[in-house]
Amino acid sequence: MYSEKVMDHFSNPRNVGEIENADGVGEVGNASCGDIMKIFLKVDNGIITDVKFKTFGCGAAIATSSMVTEMALGKTIAEALVLTNAAVAEALDGLPAQKMHCSNLAADALHEAIKDYQERHPNA
Amino acid sequence: MNHIYLDNNATTPVRPEVLTAMLPYFSEQFGNPSSVHWAGRQVSGALEKARAQVATLINASPAEIVFVSCGSEGDNMAILGTLDALGDKGKHIITTAVEHPAVLNTCKYLEKRGYSVTYLPVDQDGMLDLVELEAAITPETVLISIMWANNETGTLFPIAEIGAIAKKHQVRFHCDAVQAVGKVPVDVQAANVDFLVISGHKLGAPKGIGAIYIRRGTKLTPLLHGGHQERNRRAGTHNVPSIVGLGLACELAGQEMAEKSVQIKALRDRLEAGLFAAVPQIKLNGHPTARLPNTLNVSFAWIEGESLLMSLDMKGIAASSGSACTSGSLEPSHVLGAMCVEVTLAHSSTRFSLGANNTEAEIDYVIEILPPIVQRLRDMSPLYNCRDRETCTVGCESLQKL
Ligand SMILES: Cc1ncc(COP(=O)(O)O)c(C=O)c1O
Ligand code: FES
Repeated sequence: MYSEKVMDHFSNPRNVGEIENADGVGEVGNASCGDIMKIFLKVDNGIITDVKFKTFGCGAAIATSSMVTEMALGKTIAEALVLTNAAVAEALDGLPAQKMHCSNLAADALHEAIKDYQERHPNA
Repeated sequence: MNHIYLDNNATTPVRPEVLTAMLPYFSEQFGNPSSVHWAGRQVSGALEKARAQVATLINASPAEIVFVSCGSEGDNMAILGTLDALGDKGKHIITTAVEHPAVLNTCKYLEKRGYSVTYLPVDQDGMLDLVELEAAITPETVLISIMWANNETGTLFPIAEIGAIAKKHQVRFHCDAVQAVGKVPVDVQAANVDFLVISGHKLGAPKGIGAIYIRRGTKLTPLLHGGHQERNRRAGTHNVPSIVGLGLACELAGQEMAEKSVQIKALRDRLEAGLFAAVPQIKLNGHPTARLPNTLNVSFAWIEGESLLMSLDMKGIAASSGSACTSGSLEPSHVLGAMCVEVTLAHSSTRFSLGANNTEAEIDYVIEILPPIVQRLRDMSPLYNCRDRETCTVGCESLQKL
């Protein structure tokens, strides 16, 4: 049911964990199934220099969390803000139709973390 | 990789003896049992033999057994057929909140058509309160529909007591015994049921065959209208090979149940004890003692069931989960919901259902590999060891009631 990429990111997720004193933290819950994703950011000169995640969710949710952190790392805030759920799903070679909503968590949590960063650093 | 199958409540493999017994009825003995000629006569005996085999297992007489296409059909037939036949007596059904969808969704369908349904609650072990059952009976009540054993938790209801209550109030009693037949003794006389439903694929017969016991003299509107098969109770040319398979599977279950259920229960208990010893913060879902010998449903706090199933699957282990993420409807299990299991714990529920083919070595392997899998997923979970309580949106507190 899942692509090889999904299985890879599920079995060896990148960037699992938390960041002490993160510059931005985003947490979202999935309205469809009740799962939770949390993303931590370190930002330097407008560039995402570190990103970590924690996820309570299905295999697709874990794989998309992993993928979105990989995609966001090294990007500018502006670039990361335009990362979409669809782009994350595509980078994983697609998700089964009933699992598309899981990818919403990933980009939403990233965007929430960026929003938190921007609120905390209004002059950045 | 070794394949370890711990999902026998979902389905079972066809037993080799059963398959062998079925094969001649696909080709050499292909006749239609309703035909009067030699080809029909050849198979009508096999059909009646299977009917007797099914009847013996549940202490019915063969004339009270009707073959159907699956458990779901049997449940639909008992409920819809009763309401149609007795509709002028009353329009009220009593069932439970934890039935299989074959019963629940049939009741919901009837509610839309003006019937009323009482869904009895269960306690935290998934057990019914018989005082509540009796209190729910009104002069309008025409059917009580209660399962023998729950498919998700294995909890066994006190069927004989329910049958006595139904008899006392002269209300018909339909029992979905799909998960019970072949696993625990089932006696339709002792239990006082009017309808009892069996599904072949749960006891080593093929998928797509089942049977319903209909107490002699019970008026029931057929679900399928057509030919005169099954004494006009169920139209459609008989699925002879599968019926033969169901008959033999029932006979073998009767011979072996006493011995095998002890063996399977010992393995299940070994798994249960092993997991509880090796993994902290887990919860048993289901009744501690009144439970099918093969079923173990546990919640591993802080992690989600599908990701656990995927990790187990990568090790060759097949189990199932009550998590919303595996359900298609994205709703966590209605059974665990009715038992007041906290939502995130319902998410993490995992059902292991054993069968006669499982070995001690397989169980020990599961006990060995499961704790690191759980730990890996917990380390990934924002709910586990959550330091910053404010951001734990689902409330660590309710989870920590464990
Ligand atoms: C309790 C219960 N009732 C009914 C059914 C439906 O049986 P079938 O799959 O034969 O339609 C099942 C099977 O999943 C079950 O577990
Ligand atoms: S996160 Fe629940 S279905 Fe994917």
